[in-house]
Amino acid sequence: MEHYLSLLFKAIFVENLALAFFLGMCTFLAVSKKVETAIGLGIAVVVVQTITVPVNGLIYHHLLQEGALAWLGLPELDLSFLGLITYIGVIAAMVQMLEMLLDRYFPALYQALGIFLPLITVNCAILGGSLFMVERGYDLTESTVYGFGTGVGWALALVLLAGIREKLKYSDVPNGLQGLGITFITTGLMAMAFMSFSGIQL
Amino acid sequence: MVRSWQHCPVVSAADAGTTRGTHTMANTSVRLLLEPIVDKNPITLQILGICSALAVTTKLAPAITMSIALTVVLVGSSVIISLIRQHMPSSIRIIIQMTIIASLVIVVDQVLQAFAYELSKQLSVFVGLIITNCIVLGRAEAFASKNPPWPSFIDALGHGIGYSVILIGVAVIRELLGSGSLLGVQILPLLKEGGWYEPNGLMLLAPGAFFIIGLMIWAIRTWKPDQLEKPEYRIHVVHRTEAQ
Repeated sequence: MEHYLSLLFKAIFVENLALAFFLGMCTFLAVSKKVETAIGLGIAVVVVQTITVPVNGLIYHHLLQEGALAWLGLPELDLSFLGLITYIGVIAAMVQMLEMLLDRYFPALYQALGIFLPLITVNCAILGGSLFMVERGYDLTESTVYGFGTGVGWALALVLLAGIREKLKYSDVPNGLQGLGITFITTGLMAMAFMSFSGIQL
Repeated sequence: MVRSWQHCPVVSAADAGTTRGTHTMANTSVRLLLEPIVDKNPITLQILGICSALAVTTKLAPAITMSIALTVVLVGSSVIISLIRQHMPSSIRIIIQMTIIASLVIVVDQVLQAFAYELSKQLSVFVGLIITNCIVLGRAEAFASKNPPWPSFIDALGHGIGYSVILIGVAVIRELLGSGSLLGVQILPLLKEGGWYEPNGLMLLAPGAFFIIGLMIWAIRTWKPDQLEKPEYRIHVVHRTEAQ
């Protein structure tokens, strides 16, 4: 249990996907102008990340890994080079399915998340989560915890940045830094603050 | 799926049809090639492909490798998509484009692992993340799917170079100030080895990358004032005659 808590803490704070690994930056900078939209996208990312990371983990361990197809009589087959195309396919399919399910059973939630779901397919935080999971060899439980943790960490950073940018609108920024420039500097300061979590072990 | 590119601000109608008009062919090619380098830079103006620009730039060697890898994928996918643009049903075009890009990235990844294993370890997941790099799909969607192969090739090459310029610029600053070396060769003699330079550790950490790109944007926009963004609110300074 302690191991999973430590993994969760690490995924949310220490190795924050947005602020330590720069993943999902395009969306991070584009959708952080308002706290409300940031929360919507954040929730969507948490949901998709918690589903796709373990699913990609299962596919990797049972189909792609070297020797995974031994039960078919192909013990030497190593399909891991097909990983990238498989993960992006799984992510696109998952997002599409989630969209249809939400539309059918939770129309209110679908209305709230609607616009953000398709954006998520191309968010590198989602693909990055799956790739890190494979690189570090997490098992099923670990990858579920890791997926949830990275999703929450990314959403947290997004909502915090949106909060800062809402206030920033009223401040007197030098002309050349207006907009994108000051957002980068702000994100840099946030990344510096998050660095103070490094070294903490549960 | 069609909507998924709306957050990437490249998909504008202005990009389409640039091959016709009053310009001659050679002129247009030069413009297509040079425009994305400063005037329409994918990173500093269009906010595309930032993840890798920040992540692989602690050292110059991985940054150069990443630039080449991205340019190869970008040019390859643009030309292929442009060649089959008449045969792609628009309802499934994003999936076709994704498949083409993902296949090219797999090829690049395998080549890197075969011939530059150390570098591919350093780049870790970021070669794979070229798939979700907005520049690649952005150009496919905004330019290559509407234009013939040759202009698409030039356009992709220009965007690849625009991306590489920023990436290599950031990497030079970070490696030089962060560890006093370039491509692993010591340029500034370090204090602990008897020299005079005390390396700035912040440059090698995540915040340093954000600061450098932020300042770079500031520099570029001071040089090219038409890239400036308008502030959303003007602060009205109350003059003493207005105050009650």
